[in-house]
Amino acid sequence: MIRQTVISVTNLVKKFGSFVANDNLSFEVYEGEIFGFLGANGAGKTTALRILSGLSEPTSGKVTVAGFDAKKEPERIKRNIGYMCQKFSLYEDLTVRENITLYGGIYGMTKKLILERMANLLSRLSFEEFGDRQISSLPLGLKQKLAFSIAIFHEPRIVFLDEPTGGVDPITRRQFWEMIYETADRGITVFVTTHYMDEAEYCDRISIMNEGRIVALDTPEALKKKYNAGSVEEVFIRIARPKMTEKSML
Amino acid sequence: MKRFLGFVKKEFLHIFRDFRTLIILFGIPTAQILIFGFVVSTDIKDAGVAFLDLSNDDVTQKISDKICSSGFFRREEDLHSYNDIDLVMKKGKARAVIVFGENFGRSLTGQGKASMIIITDGSEPNTATLITNYATAIVTDFNREYTGSGLSGAVLLQPEVRMFYNPGLKGHYMFVPGVITLIMILICALMTSITITREKEFGTMEVLLVSPLKPMQIILGKVTPYFLLSFINVIMILLLSYFVFDLPVKGSLALLLAESMLYILMSLSLGILISTVSRTMQQAIFISFLGLMLPTILLSGFIFPIENMPKVYDVVASIMPPRYFIVIIKNIMIKGTGFGFVWKETLILTLMTVLFIGLSVRNFKVRLE
Repeated sequence: MIRQTVISVTNLVKKFGSFVANDNLSFEVYEGEIFGFLGANGAGKTTALRILSGLSEPTSGKVTVAGFDAKKEPERIKRNIGYMCQKFSLYEDLTVRENITLYGGIYGMTKKLILERMANLLSRLSFEEFGDRQISSLPLGLKQKLAFSIAIFHEPRIVFLDEPTGGVDPITRRQFWEMIYETADRGITVFVTTHYMDEAEYCDRISIMNEGRIVALDTPEALKKKYNAGSVEEVFIRIARPKMTEKSML
Repeated sequence: MKRFLGFVKKEFLHIFRDFRTLIILFGIPTAQILIFGFVVSTDIKDAGVAFLDLSNDDVTQKISDKICSSGFFRREEDLHSYNDIDLVMKKGKARAVIVFGENFGRSLTGQGKASMIIITDGSEPNTATLITNYATAIVTDFNREYTGSGLSGAVLLQPEVRMFYNPGLKGHYMFVPGVITLIMILICALMTSITITREKEFGTMEVLLVSPLKPMQIILGKVTPYFLLSFINVIMILLLSYFVFDLPVKGSLALLLAESMLYILMSLSLGILISTVSRTMQQAIFISFLGLMLPTILLSGFIFPIENMPKVYDVVASIMPPRYFIVIIKNIMIKGTGFGFVWKETLILTLMTVLFIGLSVRNFKVRLE
């Protein structure tokens, strides 16, 4: 099967003064895949994510997202992506329907289309009774599901999830990943950063960043085989923190 | 444009759903006007007065009745000896004690003069001065009637006028422009800086920045509701001062409203600037209060005249935007002057607005990098 490339990064460099946050990154992400972006804090994940989502400009290199150049057409990229961040991103004092209408409107959807998809979404999540409740009155699990649904409400080609499951209980995390799978099945590419190594196992492919560089990129199985490890966590420890393991071995 | 309107609507929802925001927006200005108007008002009404009447004759009776029927004073107590004076003052029941000397009536008709003392509570100097002036004025009035009735050309009391006689309106003249100046900068700057930092703190700002909305649209969408509501506020304060305190706008109302818009715009851009340098709502509140409220009260000429300040404060005051607006609003509201007299201040406010917006845009870009 020939898969279409939706994100293409070639020799991406991002510097802040003399500090190199992204050092010569190159990778591709294909349509409909779940792409995991792993790395310790400060490894350069967030910087790369900001560049991919059109928030900041690369210092050099070529970045194409959904067919648009990140340097020249960040505004067009923004129309074609969805985004959900670790910090909670719905308005607590607005109702479920108001939140949906607001984001639909921001992405330029017509009123008719918003109403249509909203009815659809609420029934799919069995959320009808919550429609007119304020977000602040919902349990965290529901909020998280709703935030994700809103991030893909405008049917973007790619959705970026920045540590989406932080602080959520295991059951909700499980359900959340089911939603991610459904989304990928619909052809929407999912680009997810995470701290949880067990979650990395659910991804189609993962890349591991360390000190601004991508040090490994493959399917979880291939990586485990290559590093002779039982889990992605072991792989991660072996390549991302060699210094630490040396220390602990001493 | 449709995206933008949807965004503005959302901001209105935030405001109308938050009780505290509504209180700050509309409750505080109303309360301030009424408090300043009635409580801090500089005229006196029904002030308690105690009398120590050592002669207790016809004339002293007439004078004390006249004082008490004036509406400014109320007879609190009749004292019997000098020792009572201290006590009644300390209790705070009487704001003033009026003492008539012995044989008051007789010496007035006989020698053409008599002694009376007005003792006031000096711990409240403003009230004390006012009471002295009012009482003196009443006695002078009595003096004239008494002389007019043909009973010799006696000079009963030579009043010493320390303050221009003031029927109470002058206080309102000072505080209405002051409150508008203070409230507008506080509400606009404080509320905008809070509302923008709140989006940062809750993580919604990131989502907005990733969306097709342009940063300029986000900022404008957030301040537009505050601009409209602040403008309504100005109108509300003007109506209040007109209907409750009979204080009209002497100059052009259109000019006053236009200048108010400029001032609101300046305050909003200052609020945006504050939000670009603060990471949390608390920081924003801190900067707004400490950096704006105190200097506005102390250095804008609202309460203390700038001319009387040491040179250093004068220099500091000259970078405070409220200082210029207070000149503008006083000129238009009270003196009734036109644009010709306030163009300099208007120009300064305009330049400040441009400066604040420029700095905000620069800071915003730096942060995005």
